[in-house]
Amino acid sequence: MLNTLKIWLHQGKQYIPDVTTTDVPGVFRGRPVISNAEVDEEALAELCPMNAIGTHPMTIDLGRCSFCGECAFACPEKIKFTKDYKLASNTREGLIVKAGEDKPITLDESKIRPEVRKLFNKSIKLRQVSAGGDASCEMELNATGNVNFDIGRFGIDFVASPRHADGIVATGPISENMAAPLEDAINCTPDPKVLILVGTDAISGGLFEDSPAVDRKVLDKYHVDLYIPGNPTHPLTFVNAMLSLLGKKNR
Amino acid sequence: MKVNNGQSVNVADIEVQSYELFYADINSTMEKPSAHCVNYFAVPEGNELRLFCCIAVDDEHSIDIFSTTIAKDATVASLTAMHRAFHPFEREIHELYSIGFEGHPWLKPLRFPHDRANDGTIYDYPFFNIQSEEFHRVGVGPIHAGIIEPGHFRFICEGEKIHHLEIQLGWQHRGLENIFLKKDKVLQRATLAEQIAGDTVVGHSVAFAQAYESLAEYGISEKLNFDRTIALEQERIAIHTGDLSAICTDIAYQLGNAVFGRLRTPMINYFQKWSGSRFAKGLIRPGKTNFPFTKALADDWRETIAKYKPHFVEMAQEMFDLPSVLSRIEKTGVVSKETAKSLGLVGMPAKAAGLERDIRASHPYAAYDKIDFKPVVKSTGDVYARARVRYEEVLNSIDNINALIDKMPEETQNGYQPVPDMKLKPNRFVVSLTEGWRGEICHCGLTDAEGKLKAYKIKDPSMHNWMGLALAVRNNGISDFPICNKSFDLSYCGHDL
Repeated sequence: MLNTLKIWLHQGKQYIPDVTTTDVPGVFRGRPVISNAEVDEEALAELCPMNAIGTHPMTIDLGRCSFCGECAFACPEKIKFTKDYKLASNTREGLIVKAGEDKPITLDESKIRPEVRKLFNKSIKLRQVSAGGDASCEMELNATGNVNFDIGRFGIDFVASPRHADGIVATGPISENMAAPLEDAINCTPDPKVLILVGTDAISGGLFEDSPAVDRKVLDKYHVDLYIPGNPTHPLTFVNAMLSLLGKKNR
Repeated sequence: MKVNNGQSVNVADIEVQSYELFYADINSTMEKPSAHCVNYFAVPEGNELRLFCCIAVDDEHSIDIFSTTIAKDATVASLTAMHRAFHPFEREIHELYSIGFEGHPWLKPLRFPHDRANDGTIYDYPFFNIQSEEFHRVGVGPIHAGIIEPGHFRFICEGEKIHHLEIQLGWQHRGLENIFLKKDKVLQRATLAEQIAGDTVVGHSVAFAQAYESLAEYGISEKLNFDRTIALEQERIAIHTGDLSAICTDIAYQLGNAVFGRLRTPMINYFQKWSGSRFAKGLIRPGKTNFPFTKALADDWRETIAKYKPHFVEMAQEMFDLPSVLSRIEKTGVVSKETAKSLGLVGMPAKAAGLERDIRASHPYAAYDKIDFKPVVKSTGDVYARARVRYEEVLNSIDNINALIDKMPEETQNGYQPVPDMKLKPNRFVVSLTEGWRGEICHCGLTDAEGKLKAYKIKDPSMHNWMGLALAVRNNGISDFPICNKSFDLSYCGHDL
């Protein structure tokens, strides 16, 4: 008992007080900024392993980007990754960063379904389904619930059954063998519900986009409410994306 | 033919034996006490299949490669009939090419890959069944209660007691090995290597980088080898800490869960400070790194560890001292040394059962020959021993990184180095082994006459260990399954590829 109390005392407070403004340590690669500098854009597009770079004008698709940073190392005068971890959008186009623009990525308020904010503003329960995910996004989603990020304080929780859930959080490129179980989970979630894609693989298929072992057709059948980029998605990116979707203030 | 870890050889120098000789030679090599199969696979060549079998002999610090060719519709004698450790490899060859293995006791589908030779679906898996009113069956998954990857578990129980567990995998199959051959840019392949198992980014990408550099005969600096070794050890510290937290969760020990969970944060954040990614994605690249380990990073690491270690040790000592914790983890999920040996277990379940399996010591790579360390080995083979291996390995890894920092050679890479133009040499074969935090990782690469990758075969330690978990839970209460599972902490995507 005494030892337990000692450990409590030694640990002190561990939570991040304000998850919307806290600084991330080190050289985190978040939202990229593309300058108007004249460079060989084709060479950069060719360099990118993820086929995320478009040319004339240059764009980076965060739904494809693996955030490896190679382009920024090869051409620092053109591309710079900032430490801004707010990367989510509720439209696929919203994830495309264009040359000459340096502004935060925000949700298109007009496209948020009114019932989402009305019903889930105070509390939302989510069911996570990994469909070919490599476990890194899954581990980061687990981390959102730890004592540091503590997403539970916002009324956001992951639950065991889709029957108890208000939405599905999918990770992974959607392997053919998991396509049916994923669809079952979506169908088992009572309406109204949200569908959230987390990580590069889930949003675009990543390097598995054209793999014959991947089947993304299920996504055509449902409305995606939120795209949260990352490889894997940082817990702060996920927490902030949820706060934006639900229209919550940081408390 | 004998090779060393990471040494590439001409394919022509690997003798093609008759299947009978191949079979006999493997059987006699497996008689050696420290021999174990690290990879065994088939490569289609015209109307035939060429088989490559790699047996690591730890005492000799070398790997024996055996090869043969068989017809595409052949039925041959099963190695699994003699040595159970071969079961996943023969199942894979059977599933992909319909090769029959006479005497194989468990010739079932392995992962339902998209290019399988049969037309069954993942719902057609032939589960073992017992017709009896005494037993009931419990099916779990593919989707589990927590935020983890999918897999299906089928228990046969007698009341609360598990009589038999069958684990059906394949849900995560992404066709990774085929994509690996199709995407031919080195950065694409490095990115794929990081995605084999997203919790073992460093372990797999170092195995890939070694294999690639060896096939291209591209030498790297000693400093780069030191950097990689530090990253491997840091990954072990971070994941083991998180696993201890998860073990506490599964026995409802809230304090351990919270404290180890929060201690994991500075450990993975260290990777973010070093490489901009909490999982070290982007850190390991063939021939170079964008994030050299600097003096400032070394100082930061020592500062971070000075804050981490006392809390970690305090928490672990309390955990391993608490009767309510010990009663749940001692004598739970026992794997004997004999079982571990016969199934060819690797990593923590092997070490916990008294089997000294550690590639860092037996087949040194990167900078492991520059430091002096002894693998952690326990004897009881239970959840306690597997947790204890983690605790002691974390302390071990801290010592290893300290030693590496002390001996760190001068930096030779000056600023950003463009992606090296690596041309793979034609007709080469390489076996690259690393010891990831989970256990032995093996990548095998084979090039064709034009120097293109013809086959790239990946083996995650989970390939060996899933069957170990299925046997470990026998005669345990079904409520102890989660804690047994977590103590193995196997990869689904690493297995399914």
